[in-house]
Amino acid sequence: MNLFTAVNDAMRVALRTDETAIVFGEDVAFGGVFRCSHNLREEFGADRVFNTPLSENGIAGFAVGYAATGGTAIGEIQFADYIFPAFDQIVNELAKFRYRSGNQWNAGGVTLRAPCGAVGHGGHYHSQSPEAYLAHTPGIRVVMPRGPKAAKGLLLASIRSRDPVVFLEPKALYRAAVEDVPVGDYEIELGKAEILRPGEDVTVVGWGGQLRVLAKACALAAELGIDCELIDLQSILPWDFETVAASVSKTGKLVVSHEAPITCGFGAEVAATVADRCFWNLEAPIKRVCGYDTPFPLIYEKYYIPDELKNLEAIKTVVEAAK
Amino acid sequence: MLHSVSLTASRLIAARTLSLSKAAAKTSSLFRSFSTSDGTFDLTGCFQTHNLDSAPSESVTATKQELVDIFELMYTMRRMEITCDNEYKARNIRGFCHLYDGQEAVATGILNAFEPEDSWITSYRCHCIALARGGSVRQVVGELFGVIDGMSRGKGGSMHFYNKKHNFFGGQGIVGAQVPVGAGLAFANKYNAKPGEKMNVAIACYGDGAANQGQIWESANMSALWKLPMIFCIENNHYGMGTSIDRHSSISDYYKMGNSIPGLRIDGMNVLAVREGMRFAKEFCGSGNGPMYVEMMTYRYHGHSMSDPGTTYRNREEIAFTRSTRDPLEFVKKCLLDNEFIDEAEIKSTEKRIRKSVQEEVMKAKESTSPPLDELTKHIFATSLEPQCDSEYPPHIRMPNYEKSFWANGHRN
Ligand SMILES: Cc1ncc(C[n+]2csc(CCOP(=O)(O)OP(=O)(O)O)c2C)c(N)n1
Ligand SMILES: [Mg+2]
Repeated sequence: MNLFTAVNDAMRVALRTDETAIVFGEDVAFGGVFRCSHNLREEFGADRVFNTPLSENGIAGFAVGYAATGGTAIGEIQFADYIFPAFDQIVNELAKFRYRSGNQWNAGGVTLRAPCGAVGHGGHYHSQSPEAYLAHTPGIRVVMPRGPKAAKGLLLASIRSRDPVVFLEPKALYRAAVEDVPVGDYEIELGKAEILRPGEDVTVVGWGGQLRVLAKACALAAELGIDCELIDLQSILPWDFETVAASVSKTGKLVVSHEAPITCGFGAEVAATVADRCFWNLEAPIKRVCGYDTPFPLIYEKYYIPDELKNLEAIKTVVEAAK
Repeated sequence: MLHSVSLTASRLIAARTLSLSKAAAKTSSLFRSFSTSDGTFDLTGCFQTHNLDSAPSESVTATKQELVDIFELMYTMRRMEITCDNEYKARNIRGFCHLYDGQEAVATGILNAFEPEDSWITSYRCHCIALARGGSVRQVVGELFGVIDGMSRGKGGSMHFYNKKHNFFGGQGIVGAQVPVGAGLAFANKYNAKPGEKMNVAIACYGDGAANQGQIWESANMSALWKLPMIFCIENNHYGMGTSIDRHSSISDYYKMGNSIPGLRIDGMNVLAVREGMRFAKEFCGSGNGPMYVEMMTYRYHGHSMSDPGTTYRNREEIAFTRSTRDPLEFVKKCLLDNEFIDEAEIKSTEKRIRKSVQEEVMKAKESTSPPLDELTKHIFATSLEPQCDSEYPPHIRMPNYEKSFWANGHRN
């Protein structure tokens, strides 16, 4: 299965096991731009899988209302770049409903899916990764899978979670990433990181599509005799500090990497927390390998993205510094 | 299920087409030629109004030269878009690319009703408006190729054309975002108007899908409240990506969507109707009567973007039917021929000349070069933060040096 079929499969399971579940968004009834909702309307009917007008703030607010009555709302924002028109509903309504009503109401049934990240030629408005903006919002969960298998388990957990979730799907992997995915119903716990490659020398942290890049960087480092421990955060908010801290305490070094611009990217949060909590175990300054502080560029995307060579450079630098 | 969707949509368009093409047919039979350089054209049935005491004139004149210029511009647009399609398929253009063929009469009619001082802003479907507002084929196609001679230095791409000299505020990637900005442009035009003189107007073009974005209602209220010279121009091509209007909008009379704001629906395939209607709208808005909603009944021949074949949510017959009964270029040709302004042979040679010149411009665009690497970090802030020494990144770009990391390890992928 590839990533979009895994997402499709997760929604199929959700629709089958939860009769209140509905799937909606722009062009979703026809399968959506990336085919994630392919055939769902045929299988579950037009009253459960339907198109919305081109109204992102409306989509998010509508989801909040439906979920407040106990329903499971699975909304699609066509591209993560279009989450910004819906930002008001997400930040001010979705995230705060439980808190401000003293736990009388909540929008826990909401999952908003959105494709994110670079694809090679997406330009300014089809490439962004908005996880850090979202992570500044207590009350929502932010999740980003690294591949098909994780996507299915994390999406099912997100849909069933009693907290609202923004689920960001690395769109470059929709077709590119192929894995064996269990056909049944399974969940991956939210808020938990996963160690993908144990190692002793450097802790390398990332999430979503960046894991592919980091796996390559770790392999290149291994050729140079550097043993990296690679961690996939999976959940950006709340995030699994314990797993990261345990690793950094062992290796004494941290490289954190993401595609979004470096300043106030989520890597800053990881670095600040590690500096605070693991200071006495650190052997070298923490390195962040991220996008530049430019709008996501149409030209020179290859230079912009924090590829495996930039990451390798950072891994080598922290190892040198610790000598 | 899908089949019946496109059927309803096509019936809908067919119904409208009938009434509109009847008008077009009349145009050709009823015109009278006053002289060799002037024609009168009947626009009966081309307009519908809402909340208006007056309406655009249903009988208009156009000179031979005007019509020839219109034809040349529209034919250039058509050739340019077809060339883009080919270049995209040849992988010389990458990324997102939305074509305008079918809708040429809208941009051309507006151009011919407006002054260069009027402000114009639109969506991502902006190649042809860029061409109309001071651009050349070479600059437009160059931008698509991503070269430094492109209209936005190769940094914008298909969705982002601008022309400061021509008051063209460009294409926006976010659906609907241009409309509140348009209200701001309209306010500026009102604010800067000379006492006693007509105001310049602002026009924001957007699609039938965009028409239901919340920010458009907010701008409508502001524009009406402050009586801004603002034209809300909905290019109704019947689909927002793959969703037809009857599936995404509770109201399909877009020209009435401003509620209390006056509205005008125009046959957007008839360039003379667009010009006359927009003259009327400009006069109305420029005289201090506040904003106007204008709906252009038009059609896009290509799919939404290059990844959309455009045939899954509508059928080929619908496209072919529109092409054969409502094509905006055929209409202009007919006007030229019926009025004996020019003959078939002249049209053929004009078309040939334009095809050749588009081709040459595309070749020239291809000869240009990519923008230099420092363009990546240029134009983010007003004050130049570019480095003194070009081997270093500006101070706000905190990253390891790519070149260094690229070569230092001898790795190359
Ligand atoms: C806020 C936002 N949501 C979604 C999109 C994706 N998108 C791009 S164009 C489009 C359809 C717009 O249709 P319409 O307004 O009718 O204009 P047309 O393409 O027909 O010219 C959509 C959904 C976007 N660019 N911005
Ligand atoms: Mg449309």
